[in-house]
Amino acid sequence: MSITDPLFQHHKHCDKIFADAEDACANGDWVVGEQAFTLLRDQLETHFASEEELLFPAFEEATGMTSGPTEVMRGEHRQMRDLLTQMQDAVASRNGDAFGGAAETLLILMQQHNMKEENILYPMCDNALGTSEVGASLVERLKAS
Amino acid sequence: MHASLSFDQAPPISVPYRFFIAAPWFGALAGLLLALSGGAALASRWTPEALALTHLVGVGFMLQAMCGALFQFIPVAVGGNVWRPKLVANTVQPLLLLATLLLVAGLLFSRPLFLSFAVPLFLLSLGGFVAVVALALWQTPATGMTLWSMRMAIGALAVTVLLGSLLAEALAHGLALPIIDLTNVHLAWGLGAWALMLLAGVSYHVVPMFQLTKPYPLWFTHWFGPVLLLLVIAWSSRLLLDDARWTLAIALPILSILSIYAGMTLWLQYTRRRKVHDATSIYFRVAMLAMLAFAVSGVVFLSYPEFGNDPRAAVWLGVLAFAGVFVSAITGMMYKIAPFLNWLHLQRLGAPMNAVPNMKKMIPAEAMTGQLRLHVLAVLLLLAAVWQPGLARLAGIAFAASCAWLGWNLIGAVRRYRSFRDQIREVVLRR
Repeated sequence: MSITDPLFQHHKHCDKIFADAEDACANGDWVVGEQAFTLLRDQLETHFASEEELLFPAFEEATGMTSGPTEVMRGEHRQMRDLLTQMQDAVASRNGDAFGGAAETLLILMQQHNMKEENILYPMCDNALGTSEVGASLVERLKAS
Repeated sequence: MHASLSFDQAPPISVPYRFFIAAPWFGALAGLLLALSGGAALASRWTPEALALTHLVGVGFMLQAMCGALFQFIPVAVGGNVWRPKLVANTVQPLLLLATLLLVAGLLFSRPLFLSFAVPLFLLSLGGFVAVVALALWQTPATGMTLWSMRMAIGALAVTVLLGSLLAEALAHGLALPIIDLTNVHLAWGLGAWALMLLAGVSYHVVPMFQLTKPYPLWFTHWFGPVLLLLVIAWSSRLLLDDARWTLAIALPILSILSIYAGMTLWLQYTRRRKVHDATSIYFRVAMLAMLAFAVSGVVFLSYPEFGNDPRAAVWLGVLAFAGVFVSAITGMMYKIAPFLNWLHLQRLGAPMNAVPNMKKMIPAEAMTGQLRLHVLAVLLLLAAVWQPGLARLAGIAFAASCAWLGWNLIGAVRRYRSFRDQIREVVLRR
């Protein structure tokens, strides 16, 4: 298993929760939708924090690249947090259209973000970090969530 | 190595839009041409009208849209740096547009001069496009089968353009070349090794991405592209070896892998995690069902030569491939890409995030599903018109209307982008 494999698996885990939240809210089942959305928001926050606090700094230290891919990824995390806030507001006001629109946008942003990480950044991290202990810390952090 | 890695999300918004906005109107022109020509146009694939229709859709609609999508897709999906995208797009797109109109006019009115003018324009525009895209695709440090599919596809586009140029010159100057065999080979490279290869490579990403499906199995993504390329190369040997059994030996595997790709995509969509449907997911299904229908029809035509030898059989296959598969898949993609592009570029303007309208505000859902219904009706009418020439004019009008509606929806997306952009700039200035 590579260092970034747990993050890759966690992407899929978040996809599933996203689908549950979107489906419930689209059908007006706000109680289930709110639960699924809260789980989604917490899981995504754990994911972002694991990368920003563990993986990216280790990668930047190993490669000296501080203004490249990791900076773009941090920027996209910010955008996704903003969209999650919009979804949160929509859940609170039970506004299906606003939730659906923000969810659709989050999905595409999240998927193309994951695509860049999985195809480009994670392989670079695996190469640069080799057998570093970052992998174990990532597993611990994601499991605790 | 890392210096060539592009992590910025997108070229300027005008780059893909320039192509997307033009594409549907070629489809509308094709519909109008059919409406004016009537049923005789579909009597065989060799009528001047059928050749013009093929290139209006294949080059005017499909190639325009695919070029625009590649500019957008390469940085995001495979981390490639396209050299000066704005300059390249601003040069390639108008040249391609002009070349397409000249080619179509040359084929329709049998004017050798138009064909001769079209050839250097195609070589210049698409030669430049292929060079810039190939450079980006070979310099990226990314890996994976989407990247390899795109590399094979762009090589196949070069072969298609060279063969097409040769054919146009042969028609213009009466060169003694095996025109029919060359055309079949040109078509296999264009529709198979370029368009289908690109569609498959892109779908490895976008089908799981838009619908949260399971990924395509690794064995499939590893084998599909290379096998397709080998089969198209084998098909090209028809130029040297004209044997019906050999043709059958290549055609059947081609139809089989088409069915596997279409069947697998439908299965992945059927077992998807995301339950919400939209125009894009339905368009993709329509495209895959058309591909299955193409494969089944192909087997029937090969098995029963009394049907297969009817000149209308090839027209039927052409309608399924061009209008049924590719126009559907491309339209579905544009309905997802255009709203995302709007959102992406608007949120870069620096306004607070809640001031940026979400993707669903960019093209009304009802406009997309309405256009989708009309497109499906148009494809069904086109298929019926192959056997019932009396329906051709109606089918042409329906196809023209559905393409014009698509064009209008995309223009609407641009207008909304501009108006939201102006509102956001005001918000930013006031802060």
